[in-house]
This record gives sequence, structure tokens and C-alpha cells, in this order.
Amino acid sequence: MVDKVTKTAAEALDGLLFDGMTIMAGGFGLCGIPENLIAAIREHGVKDLTVISNNCGVDGFGLGILLENRQIRKMVSSYVGENKLFEQLYLSGELELEFNPQGTLAERIRAGGAGIPAFFTRTGVGTLVAEGKEVREFDGELYVMERGLTADLSIVKAHTGDHEGNLVFRKTARNFNPMMATAGRKTVVEVEHLVPTGSLDKDHIHTPGIFVDRIFQGATFEKRIERVTTRQKETA
Amino acid sequence: MPWTRDEVAARAAKELQDGFYVNLGIGIPTLVANYIPEGMNVTLQSENGMLGMGPFPYEGEEDADLINAGKQTITELDSSSYFSSADSFAMIRGGHIALSILGGMQVSETGDLANWMVPGKMVKGMGGAMDLVAGVKRVVVVMDHCEKSGAPKLLKACTLPLTGAGVVDLLITELGVFEINRGKTPVRLIELAPGVTVEEVREKTEAAFEVAV
Repeated sequence: MVDKVTKTAAEALDGLLFDGMTIMAGGFGLCGIPENLIAAIREHGVKDLTVISNNCGVDGFGLGILLENRQIRKMVSSYVGENKLFEQLYLSGELELEFNPQGTLAERIRAGGAGIPAFFTRTGVGTLVAEGKEVREFDGELYVMERGLTADLSIVKAHTGDHEGNLVFRKTARNFNPMMATAGRKTVVEVEHLVPTGSLDKDHIHTPGIFVDRIFQGATFEKRIERVTTRQKETA
Repeated sequence: MPWTRDEVAARAAKELQDGFYVNLGIGIPTLVANYIPEGMNVTLQSENGMLGMGPFPYEGEEDADLINAGKQTITELDSSSYFSSADSFAMIRGGHIALSILGGMQVSETGDLANWMVPGKMVKGMGGAMDLVAGVKRVVVVMDHCEKSGAPKLLKACTLPLTGAGVVDLLITELGVFEINRGKTPVRLIELAPGVTVEEVREKTEAAFEVAV
């Protein structure tokens, strides 16, 4: 049996990175991002990347560190409002940007991973998003054609995984990670807890190991929170 | 006196019904959660992958794996569930969400909404807004009636790039409430904030509207 487990992020990425490649990176904001793999990609220095990710981190953390190092040529995202450097690089023409509606992005990745080259959605009809794309009427409604998305590499963060690559996500850190795991020609996963095969409840596995090529337990997880928001305890 | 932000949110909360699954946007729409009537069962969806959003956590109980679409820390309820972004937008695009309350930059008398981009100025992105207006059964927009410059925002036609065409059902501003009905019927002013006159609304509105207050 092929052993999918590696010790480090660098080892997990060994031989998979090349200039000009397309990488999908899981996460919503800073929640559920593969922070160890992003740091290892920064360390490696691979460049001219097209990165498909809902957001682009913040200044100094998440995908923001690849922007700082000028490793990203193009982003495919739905929202990048949290990142000043991003705006600066985009407006100066150094960075290419393709905006996708969030649901369209999620479905493009799901479709890509499922072998579906294109689909029709109502989202974006009559907007900039539909420009240059086929629009077709079904049952009296207009729909725009969107293409499935795949990548050379998907980098994914899960909470728990076993040696087979079976994955369990936690709370809203799931987000884009399960679809991206299916849509990478290679998929590398970092987990907070690497557990022996057989210890996960087989009925509760979110992503089956077939979609995972390499897996490792992350060295550290900062798990930074973008907007800590709390309420006061009512005093009795 | 025009309505305050909280009064606008409270007015928007009147659009809620028992048993509704609802998605609230960022800003004033988020405040609507504070005005859900006692005893009414409303389930809040967060498009990053959660149904049944609970209140903000107590200090020290924040969980980095549990945030809302505005990236704020939140809590779960007994009824909550988590799912992927693909499942989340299947709910939204598939028409399973009863009501969405969103912020806006411009609304047109034909029901168009612009709320994601100012060319050459603001580069943020549409997030889930285009999917929400395309798939949710009823779309309510809450926004300031005018720009800071005084320019009207309820227009004959939007000048900013659209989020969706013919998608707005109801518009609530600090001056009043407008039935837009996705542009299928003429815009109707159906409520005025206390002390606000129809003349004041006309002065601050470019769109044509009928008065039904």
C-alpha cells in the first residue's frame, strides 16, 4: 500500500511545485486555511502561481504571505476586501484577478472534481460576470454557463485525518476544503490530528481518502481569528 | 425623524415569519437578528457553511473554527448544522432560503441591485451576494437613502455594476419602505418614517414611485 503520510509540509509538497502552476487553497477568510502548506510554499519560492481561493488572506497571514513574496500572478476569488496589499498590486496591474460569485466558485470546483466540464446557473445573469459567456433559457429563465475548475495541486486543511487520507472537518472550517480535495490533480492535506487508520467513525467521514495523495500533521496552527466578536455576560 | 440604523433593522425584522430560513448580509442586515420577535422560530443561514447561527460568544470562548460570513466569531445552537460551501449554495441557489436581507449601494425602479463594486475605486468582490439575489425567494435591501454627497441611490437605472437584474422585492431606507416587486410593477412607497414627508422622499429619489402610505 502506498503510504500517504509525510512528516512535514515541505516533504508533502516535494516534487509537486513548479512555476506557473495552478493551486487551489481551502478556507474562508482565515478559517480552515492550510497555514502550514502556505508557509512551505512561501519557503519554496515557486512563482507565477494562479491561486484559486475564496479570499486571499490578510496582510501578513494566510495567502497574504505569498502576495508579499510576489509569488502569485493571478487570483480567482469571490472576495478580497481584507487585504490592502492585494488592492495595491491589483490596481497597479501586478496582479491579475478573476472574481467569481462565491456559490459559482464553489460549484465550479465541485463540478471540476466530479468530471463535469460546465453547468448553467442563474447567478450573475445580467451582470459583468455573464459577459462573454453563453446564456441559455431553460423553462423561461435565463442561465449563464460556467466551467468546471481543476488545479495542478489542491492544498487542504482538515481537523482530523487517518493514514488512508480519510478526513473530518470541524465546524465552519470545512467551507471549500472538501470540494478542493476532489479537484486537484494532486491533493495534499494538513490536519491538526493525524490518527491511526480505523479510529475514525466510517459513517462520519466527510472526504474519503481516494481524493487525498499526501497527508501530514501540521507542526503549528496559529488559527488566527479575523474579527473576534463577543458579548457581555449578563450579571445575575 | 428618519429611522436610525437600529430602527431600520427592526423594520426589516417585520419581514420575518415563523419557520423561515433566512440569510442576513453584513452591516445593518446583521442587526436584524437582534429584532427577531420572542417565540418566533427563525433559522439563520451563514453562507460559509452553517445553519442555525447562535449569538456571539462570551469573551474567552471564541472558536477560530466557528465564524459567520462576516468573519466574526459566533456560537452554535442545539439545532445547528455545518456543511461545505457547495451544499451551502445549493440551499441558496436552489431556492431553499425564504428571505435574504442585504445591504445596497444602488437600487433601480426595475428591481436591479448594485452592491459589490465601484470601478477604479473599490476592489472587494461580490462574495455570495450574486448567488443570494439569484436564488433566494424574497430579497429585501436595506441601505441609506442617499450617498454622503446627497446623490440619490434609488434610481431609474443603476450606474454601478449590477449584483443582479430585477431581483429586489422590498427596499427599506431611513426615510421609508418601498415595494419594488422585482420591477414587475411600478415602485410604491408604502411606509414613511415618522415626520418624513412624501415631498422630502421625492427630492431625494430619482426613481419614479407611486405613493401608497
